Amino acid sequence: MSADSMTAQPGPATAEPAYAGPRARRRNNSLTWGIVGWVVGILFFFPVLWMVLTSFKTEAQAYTNTPTLIFSPTLSQYKTVFSSGLWPYVANSAFATIVSTILVLALATPCAFALSLRPVKKTRDVLFFFISTKMLPVVAAIIPIYIAARDLHMLDNIFTLVILYTAMNLPIAVWMMRSFFLEVPGELLEAAEMDGAPLRRTVVEVILPLVAPGLAATALICCIFSWNEFFFAVNLTATRAATVPVFLVGFISSEGLYFAQLAAAATVATLPVVLAGWVAQRQLVRGLSFGAIK
Amino acid sequence: MTAIAPPVAGAHRTRARTDRRRQGWVRRAPLLPALVFTIIVTQLPFLVTLYYSLESWSLVRPGSQHFVGFGNYADVFKDSQFRTTALNTVIMTVGSVLIAMVLGVLLALLLDRKFLGRGVVRTLLITPFLVMPVGAALLWKTTMFDPTFGIVNFILRPFGIGHFDWLSSLPLGSVMIEMIWQWTPFMMLLVLAGLQSQPKDILEAASCDGARPFAIFRELTLPHLRRYIELGVVLGAIYVVNDFDAVYMMTQGGPGISSANLPFYIYQRAFLGFQVGQAAAMGVVVVVATIIVATFALRLIFTSFSGTEQAA
Repeated sequence: MSADSMTAQPGPATAEPAYAGPRARRRNNSLTWGIVGWVVGILFFFPVLWMVLTSFKTEAQAYTNTPTLIFSPTLSQYKTVFSSGLWPYVANSAFATIVSTILVLALATPCAFALSLRPVKKTRDVLFFFISTKMLPVVAAIIPIYIAARDLHMLDNIFTLVILYTAMNLPIAVWMMRSFFLEVPGELLEAAEMDGAPLRRTVVEVILPLVAPGLAATALICCIFSWNEFFFAVNLTATRAATVPVFLVGFISSEGLYFAQLAAAATVATLPVVLAGWVAQRQLVRGLSFGAIK
Repeated sequence: MTAIAPPVAGAHRTRARTDRRRQGWVRRAPLLPALVFTIIVTQLPFLVTLYYSLESWSLVRPGSQHFVGFGNYADVFKDSQFRTTALNTVIMTVGSVLIAMVLGVLLALLLDRKFLGRGVVRTLLITPFLVMPVGAALLWKTTMFDPTFGIVNFILRPFGIGHFDWLSSLPLGSVMIEMIWQWTPFMMLLVLAGLQSQPKDILEAASCDGARPFAIFRELTLPHLRRYIELGVVLGAIYVVNDFDAVYMMTQGGPGISSANLPFYIYQRAFLGFQVGQAAAMGVVVVVATIIVATFALRLIFTSFSGTEQAA
């Protein structure tokens, strides 16, 4: 309102008011949008917040008609989760995640190079092929994969998951790494070639350091997907190679459905990826959009 | 050089050709491992699925495997449960993706404005996407949708909906709510990237010319966002159509098959019913349908993003 009265000033009224008014209004607007933004943000975050809160409750506090908001936190749910044999599952998940990510990077980086800085003739077709593999429903492949794994005695074997997770993430990684390679100025490669430096050295000493952040982002995305994967894990593993999502499901069926315990288990299972995702917010989109959005 | 002797020139030419061919292979070599690996792990199983789909084969009866030709396909098309789950899949995918996109656009517009703690709000908003899908589904099933102890009913109680059993009365809707919750952040991030790539001077010029905010949005922002929205819809659909976790954890496809989608139904047929041949035939039908839809979808992405392709 005070801003509007300023516009009524005599002198520069014809030129200036257009500025004084909107600026104050903008400040006001920004407060409104801030409130709306926070309300919506908390609304969306609420189920996660509630999960974390519930994980610190006793079961009695978790099962109330009117949600308990004030309570003295207990760690007993976490104790139960950690004492119910969680660690082998974490070890399996970590192994499958890390090894498959290393394999993905080892395969995708040269591939992306051959599709960007030194493009082969059929670049477009190859890219098309990679993205199309993501479109085919996994469920149609699971039967032969299951039978092949059974006949090769690879059921309940963590390396089966490593192979499948590598194939699952490879297309995303190729597209993503390609979009990072495309940001490297092409002249760099030419200049190094003019100097007579061998290609291998140029790539290792000049190009890889430039795309290192991209490499890290790609790795993080692959880790997120592998860590969260459930379909292959539940169908192809039993006891020895089962991963964290399988633990979560098994935990519920063996312990019964207890809210607080479940919340604690879900919090533990989810935490690594949520933290990683918070760090890599921007890259997340790049990975999921196959590098189409930078 | 050509003047010396023709045969030499010919030899030269062949050497040049082999050189070029070798050059081609040198260029191709780095991409081959990834390509071969992907073909073996992702394409081979589909070929095998195609083969299995022509057989009658029950996993629990050894030696039951025999060739039946297209019989399984006839069964698939006669199977009313398959049609129901196919319809569920379409409803689930189209509904979730479109609603998530609308919400995503609204949230992106919100986040495109400057306000105190915008970065924190963005972090809060993307979190649903990061929660392990299995965990998220369990969370919604219990702490959110539980008829007696769930938050949703607690909030709705003042409106007279105190004891609604979401998962058995509205199974498909409940699963969709969970998926929308997980996928809205992705759409938001995508659209936000689009909004932030919009040249600001044009918007300012329009605003100086006295265009109303909604008109600016409709005439300038929305056309600019179009390709981002298309991309989001296509990519979201790729992930949502294959969703297994939410259905498996929240409703097990039930009650009956009212919330089963195709991935879950085929899984049931193969691993609980042990009908390999029939499940494989369903898989093939799904793949063919996906290929048809995907061909259009891929063309859409590539035409709308070919600009950046060439620019890059």
